[in-house]
Amino acid sequence: MGAYILKRLLSAIPVLFGITVIVFLIMAMIPGDPATAILGSYATPENVERLNRHLGLDRPLWQQYFIWIGNLLQGDFGRSFALNRPVLDEILDRFGATLILAGTAFVLCALLGILAGVVSAARQYGLADKAITFVVILGISIPSFFLGMMMILLFAVQLRWLPASGMYSIWGGGDLPDLLRHLVMPAFALSVVATGVIARLSRSAMLEVLRQDFIRTARAKGVHERRVIWGHALRMAMVSIIPVLGIQAGFVLSGAVYIEMVFQWPGVGRMLVDAILKRDILLVQGGVVFVAACYVGFNIIVDVAQAWLDPRIKT
Amino acid sequence: MFRPRLTRRGLGVLTAALLATSALTAPAMAQTPPGVLVVGQIAEPQALDPHAVTAVNDFRILMNVYDGLVRYAPGTLEVEPALATAWEISDDGLVYDFTLREGVTFHDGTAFDAEAVVWNFERMLDEDHPMHEATGPFPLSFFFSAVQVVEALDTHTVRFTLNEPFAPFLSNLAYPTGLIVSPAAVAEHGADFGRNPSGTGPFQFAEWRSNERVVVTRNENYWDGTAASEAVIFRPITDANTRVAEMLSGGIDVMVEVPPVALGQFDDPGFSIVEQAGPHVWFLILNMREGPFTDQRVRQAANYAINKEALVNDVLEGTATVAAGPTPPAFAWAHNEELDPYPYDPDRARELLAEAGVESPAITFYVTEGGSGMLDPVPMGTAMQADLAAVGFDVTIETYEWNTFLGRVNPGLEGRADMAQMAWMTNDPDTLPFLTLRTEAFPEDGGFNSGYYSNAVVDDLLERARISTDQDERAELYREMQEIVQEDAPWVFVANWVQNAVHSDRVENFTLEPSFFLLLRDVAKN
Repeated sequence: MGAYILKRLLSAIPVLFGITVIVFLIMAMIPGDPATAILGSYATPENVERLNRHLGLDRPLWQQYFIWIGNLLQGDFGRSFALNRPVLDEILDRFGATLILAGTAFVLCALLGILAGVVSAARQYGLADKAITFVVILGISIPSFFLGMMMILLFAVQLRWLPASGMYSIWGGGDLPDLLRHLVMPAFALSVVATGVIARLSRSAMLEVLRQDFIRTARAKGVHERRVIWGHALRMAMVSIIPVLGIQAGFVLSGAVYIEMVFQWPGVGRMLVDAILKRDILLVQGGVVFVAACYVGFNIIVDVAQAWLDPRIKT
Repeated sequence: MFRPRLTRRGLGVLTAALLATSALTAPAMAQTPPGVLVVGQIAEPQALDPHAVTAVNDFRILMNVYDGLVRYAPGTLEVEPALATAWEISDDGLVYDFTLREGVTFHDGTAFDAEAVVWNFERMLDEDHPMHEATGPFPLSFFFSAVQVVEALDTHTVRFTLNEPFAPFLSNLAYPTGLIVSPAAVAEHGADFGRNPSGTGPFQFAEWRSNERVVVTRNENYWDGTAASEAVIFRPITDANTRVAEMLSGGIDVMVEVPPVALGQFDDPGFSIVEQAGPHVWFLILNMREGPFTDQRVRQAANYAINKEALVNDVLEGTATVAAGPTPPAFAWAHNEELDPYPYDPDRARELLAEAGVESPAITFYVTEGGSGMLDPVPMGTAMQADLAAVGFDVTIETYEWNTFLGRVNPGLEGRADMAQMAWMTNDPDTLPFLTLRTEAFPEDGGFNSGYYSNAVVDDLLERARISTDQDERAELYREMQEIVQEDAPWVFVANWVQNAVHSDRVENFTLEPSFFLLLRDVAKN
């Protein structure tokens, strides 16, 4: 097992290295440079050159890359020139906010999606199934950012129940209830599409299982229907639902970008969008590498967990 | 193994959780207390070091934390004393002696004196200054590139010696790049000074929580009367729709740069809309080196063909006025009031095209997706395309993201396009024409004359206006320049932006300045 983990860890190195090369090249190739972004109307060739020299961008590309990667290996992500603070501080601040948002949304969509799917399957073609299917299809079809804006209009502007944006109150607050009040709308808006997808797939997974012989046997021997559904059938269906949850987790994380923009959530997605617009090279590169490293790490954990559950995978 | 079971008890827990959630939402929104003004900003500031930043968004905070030697008198773009109480200019326009205000201290307790002023300008301009490399870059330091030496004559007198007469010098000192920072605070915080600012202004820095808020509190010892509010909170809300929603729901008290389409939502006694025209020009650069716009009649035809009234009223919903020439009316002293905008006259445009012998000139039109001062460039570009097509132009639009757009327009339009959108916001009537309309400002010479306009008379007028230290004489020269440029039509003169802001009825004494700075000293909140 230890050798397998080591093998997976080693295989992550070329992946991460490739990512640093790709993100560096993309930032070097996109039109527009940081000096022009900073200077705006005042970007004379002379001013641009002076600023580039100050930022170290007048060096040859390969030199810039090796300086960056050398610093990165020592844990130094550099300094964001648009925000005037160390890149790593900014990423860690922002990543925490994204995890809170995406994590909550993921728990919401997993619970609600499976619940809706199971109820739908158990009452196939019944009133509950039709109602749930209708709501679910509606949820899948509404773009999350549009839903978010409509929720702001209803709950923040009209009813004034919830704050329109941000993560904490601007005055006072800062505690858990304050966070939750700000979290309700964005987390819900972010979870809707994934909830719908999980509900649809849970429903079909359940229907497939419910047609199998052991379910008929269970019913025939008089097991309570509730236990047949929630015990025997769902347990079996989970085998095909769990990979869907994994895919939706990635979906929720990437969908957070839109939601973070709409609700001004101080997360990593909004940070990257802002950084790209400002050509904040080190922040974009550092942010992408950090997020990529998290994905790779997450994948290794999943692989190892699967290998532990099913030893055949290791080969 | 996984063993899902939804029992009655489980349902009970779920219900309780839901109830708890709704209980959390019940106390509604905590309103901000009186005396604390919450301002909705369009973005997170880059830094609070006035010499290191370039964005109007950052200036809105800085102008309340720092003072300069001089400032713009309320409601104008003319300078008046601030940290300097008086100044003398030598007859040749090369030596400026400033008498500094006594008894002023920075927020960190250190004294404001001549040494501090010298230190400020040396940090910015002297590449060997110990803090130049450590706390730079200073992108707008060229505002003071005419400064040869700064010296302290005594504790409260500072002398600036210029290497050539430079009339906009005083006006540049009133710009945020001329604000005075505390040398002791820079020495203490080094590269982090931008996040730990210290100046002499009516508010002092209290807290910066990334992406959430910047808090400044009242400076009780302010030399020019203490502020009306106890504190001001600047909140970055980059999405315009969300900013509007926050304003409507009471999350912020003041909002700047209201999108034109959202103005209607504030048509309510609970809100006030404030407007102020600023030193801004929105124009189309015409390529005079090649293509149809080499002919003056075709350039004038474009000016007649575009319906500017419709643009400012319908596309921009009244958030701009029609521009007559290259100098915006906000520079009241230098603006030529006798100049009327080109009227909307498609027939005249067709006549001019016929005279020039081009019935349907094909032109490439650079449009940007957005950018500093560009207002609503895509709908504006489309409306212009339609207007031009109506008189016979065959217009092809090419749209670029702002940074890419600048990268294509600033090096000059030759070989690329016939026409490009552009907007400038400046602090002196000298800046825009000097950088964009002179022969010596061609892109290959490091200027912004991307359309290659060249008129020896205009060059001469601008040179003389820059050297003169007599404002009346300068005004005369600028008025003449505007007449000539309007007739030559190197641009299509389109609009001057009217900046707007909305505040709630809890806010009092709120005004906007023609400089587009946000001055909050006298703004109160109940």
